[in-house]
Amino acid sequence: MHSRRGAQALVIIAVVLTALLIVTPLIVIFAEAFAKGWAVYVANITAPDTRHAILLTVLVAIVVVPVNMAFGLAVAWAITRFRFPGKKLLLTLVEVPFSVSPIVAGVTYIMLYGGQGLLGPLLNAWDLQIMFSVPAIILVTLFITSPFVARELIPLMQAQGSEQEEAAATLGASGWQIFRRVTLPNIQWALLYGAVLCSARAIGEFGGVSVVSGNVRGETNTLPLQVELLYHDYNTAGAFAAASTLALIAVVTLALKAFFESRAGHRATV
Amino acid sequence: MAVSTAAPEAARVKARRVLPGFGLAMGTTLAYLGVIVLLPLAALLLKSAEIGPARLVDIVTAPRTLAAFGVTVGAAALATLFNAVYGLLMAWVLVRYRFPGKRLLDALMDLPFALPTAVAGIALTALFARNGWFGAPLEGAGIKVVHTIVGIAVAMAFTSVPFVVRTVQPVLEDLSKDIEEAAATLGAYPFTIFRRVIFPAILPAFITGLSLAFARSLGEFGAVIFIAGNLPMQTEIAALLIFIRLEEYDYPAAAAIAMVLLIAAFVMLLATNTVQFWLTRHARKES
Repeated sequence: MHSRRGAQALVIIAVVLTALLIVTPLIVIFAEAFAKGWAVYVANITAPDTRHAILLTVLVAIVVVPVNMAFGLAVAWAITRFRFPGKKLLLTLVEVPFSVSPIVAGVTYIMLYGGQGLLGPLLNAWDLQIMFSVPAIILVTLFITSPFVARELIPLMQAQGSEQEEAAATLGASGWQIFRRVTLPNIQWALLYGAVLCSARAIGEFGGVSVVSGNVRGETNTLPLQVELLYHDYNTAGAFAAASTLALIAVVTLALKAFFESRAGHRATV
Repeated sequence: MAVSTAAPEAARVKARRVLPGFGLAMGTTLAYLGVIVLLPLAALLLKSAEIGPARLVDIVTAPRTLAAFGVTVGAAALATLFNAVYGLLMAWVLVRYRFPGKRLLDALMDLPFALPTAVAGIALTALFARNGWFGAPLEGAGIKVVHTIVGIAVAMAFTSVPFVVRTVQPVLEDLSKDIEEAAATLGAYPFTIFRRVIFPAILPAFITGLSLAFARSLGEFGAVIFIAGNLPMQTEIAALLIFIRLEEYDYPAAAAIAMVLLIAAFVMLLATNTVQFWLTRHARKES
C-alpha cells in the first residue's frame, strides 16, 4: 500500500516536471510563431532570406547525409566483419566528434582552412576560399554528424554476425551481391534510422556552423542561423516561425524513432 | 587440448577472410576520418603549439577567460546536479511503473536531442523572460532566471538530460528483480532496497550519464547564448568567448580557449572510463 502510493507520487512528479521542462518549451515555439496570426506566419516563412536559409539547409543535408551513410557503412563493415589490430582505437576515433563541442569543431576548421590557418597560405595562392562559405558549412556538418550512422550500424552488425554473408561468399556471390542481397536487407532499418538522426542534426546544427559560415544574409545563413539573426533583429515572430519548422522536424524525428524501434524490435540509440 | 581449440579458431579466421571489401572499407574509413576529423584537430593542436607556452598561459589565465571558465563550470555543475535527480527519476519511472502515456513520456525524453539548440535557446528565453509564462510568476517571487547563471544552467540542463536518462534506463531494465524481492521478504524498506541493492548496480551507468551530461554542458553554445545575457565576467560562457575572439580575429586566443575545452572533454571521457572500469571490477569482486 505504502509503496503503491509512493509509486503514484513519483509518476505524477515525473509527468509534471516533464510537462514543464520539456513540453512547454516546444509549445511556446508554436505559440510565439502564431502569436500574430496565420497570415503573418506564412509571410514570415516565405520571406526571401528565410526561404533561402531553408533551401541552403536542405542542400547541406542532401550532401552530408549520403556521405556519412557511406562512411557509416564502410566503418561498420570494416569493424564488424574483419579482425585487425587497433580496432578499439578506430572505434574511439569514430566517436571523437561526439565529445568535441561544436564550437571547437568550428575552430578546428578555421585553424585548418582559415586565412591564418594551416592551409591558409596554400589556399590563398590558389585563390580558393573555403571558410565563410557553403563548403565550410558542409565540412563542419560532416565532422559533427559523422558518427551518427556508424553508431547505429556497428552494434547491430556485430550482433548479427557474418555467417549469412560468409555463406553467400562461399556460394560464389560477388561483394556487391552480398551487400545488396544479404547485408542491406538485414540492416536497412538501422541504416535509415541513422540517416534520420544524421539529417536531424545536420539541419539543426548551430554552434559549429555559426563559427564558419560568416553569417551572410541570404547567402551563408542556414535555418538555425536565420533564427538567431531574426531574433537579434527583434523580429520575434519571424524567428519563432523559422524555429517552428525546425521544431516540426524534431517532432517528426521522434515519431520516426518510435516507428523504427517498433520495426527493429529493440531500443535504438540516440 | 591445444589442438582442439586452435583448429576452430583457425577456421574462423579463414572464414573471416572469405568476405571481400576489407581494403575498400578500411581505406574509405581511414581516408575520411583523416581528412574530416583528424586533420582539423591536428591543425588546432599545431596552431595552439605555435602560440608558445608563455602566451598560452597569459590567454588562459586572463581574468575574462578565467571568469568564463568559472561561469561555464559552475552552470554545468548546477545543471548536472539537477539532472542527477530529474534524470534518475525519469529513468526509474519509465522502467519500473506502468501508467497511461508512458510511451509518449519515454519518447519526449529524446526531444532535447532532436530539437536544434538555437530553437531550444529562444524557446527557453521566451519562457523565462520577465513577461514569459514561467518568468512572470518567478519574477513575482523575486527569482530572476534570464541573464543569470541560473538561466545558463536551465539551458544546459535541458540539452543534456537525455544523457542521464538513456544511460541509466537500459541498466535498470536489465537489473534482475530477484535480489530486490529477497531483500523485501527479509523486511527491508523500499528506500533501503534502493540504496543498498539498486543504486550500487546502476552507479557506473549513472556516473557515466552524469559525466556525459556535464561534458555536453561545458561545450553547449546554441541553447545558452540567448538566455545568458552574455555579460563579460558575469554571464559569459567559454564557448561564447571563443566565438568573440574569432570575431576580433584574435585567433591565438580562440585556439587556446578551444584547446582547453577540447582537453576538458577528453579528460572527462578518460575519467569516466576509468571510474566505470574501477566500479565494475569492484562490483564483480563483491559478488
